[in-house]
Amino acid sequence: MAGRGNAASNNSALIAIIADEDTVTGFLLAGVGNVDLRKTTNYLLVDNKTTVKQIEDAFKEFTARDDIAIVLISQYIANMIRFLVDGYNKPIPAILEIPSKDHPYDPESDSVLSRVKHLFSADSSSERR
Amino acid sequence: MAGQGQRLTVVPTVTVMGMIKARLAAATRGHALLKKKSDALTVQFRAILKRIVAAKEAMGDAMRSASLSLAEALYVAGGPLRHVVQQSVSGPARLRVRAHHDNIAGVRLPRFEHFLVDDGARAPLLAGLAGGGQQVSASRAAHVRAVELLVELASLQTSFLTLDEAIKTTNRRVNALEHVVKPQLENTVAYIRGELDEQEREEFFRLKKIQAVKQRELERQVEAAKLYAVEKVAGEVALKRGVSVGAAASMLENGGGERDEDIIF
Repeated sequence: MAGRGNAASNNSALIAIIADEDTVTGFLLAGVGNVDLRKTTNYLLVDNKTTVKQIEDAFKEFTARDDIAIVLISQYIANMIRFLVDGYNKPIPAILEIPSKDHPYDPESDSVLSRVKHLFSADSSSERR
Repeated sequence: MAGQGQRLTVVPTVTVMGMIKARLAAATRGHALLKKKSDALTVQFRAILKRIVAAKEAMGDAMRSASLSLAEALYVAGGPLRHVVQQSVSGPARLRVRAHHDNIAGVRLPRFEHFLVDDGARAPLLAGLAGGGQQVSASRAAHVRAVELLVELASLQTSFLTLDEAIKTTNRRVNALEHVVKPQLENTVAYIRGELDEQEREEFFRLKKIQAVKQRELERQVEAAKLYAVEKVAGEVALKRGVSVGAAASMLENGGGERDEDIIF
């Protein structure tokens, strides 16, 4: 465990976003956006022209970069690359599936939350129900 | 069960048994410690599970209000706001996250917190200047709040994954110690003890045997000494009488009853 996350512990890290235009705009407004000298961005705007291949590449790139601590991904986009998201199991960067405006949030398909729910009901089914 | 009936291949000596016993004691202590660690991690894990479920629900609300406020801002400021915002991203991010490490029973859990980089050199965001500034800044505030929640959720989620992994590793170790290492060491100790007992019995038997042999040897020597003494006397008699040794011996043998007065013993 010791070796993990050292890259992010000393200096600050970024939040990457893969989402639809409105969500990305909102987060950019909050000041999350980052453009470095090579003009690589830490966000991906997904519209109906974006291919699944592009999303996959962006996801792989964001999870491989060591200056990114959190990857926010819209849930409907996560569903397009579900196999990648489910196959990802490193703690850093953390993958967070967020609801988007047009697609209501479905807790069942969230890869982490489904595991949480599974464990949670296994752990304390008696005290919850 | 794995490891049952297995033992280490060692030379059965007292020294090795001491070593194995020390290892067994260490394994027992390690098992107790790891068990405690596993329990501590599980407690923490449960707490995080509850917080994750709560945070996910809060996140849904925050995202809804954020997108609602963005819709308001877009309505007031018009469609170009999107492009203005996207074009204005030109340098490093203002909102960043920092990672700290919490230590739970020897497991380092990353904890993120967000912060705003304040550099005066950057030009302020001009979006919304043409109209709807209030809505734009409200939307910005809503998104910052959403980011806050998301960052918290991310650290919970990371802790969840890390703890999950750590608990699995610890439990694996606990089970390995309990079901493989400890039985193996116990079997080895039992084996060495049996073997030492066996050696002791052998040693005892051998001593008895040696004692018996020595006893026999002693008896034989006493016998021989007696015989020698008899022969010596016979020889002397033979010298005196001038007869052969055999005759003297026979004289001594059977002449005892006749009491020859010349023989003075």
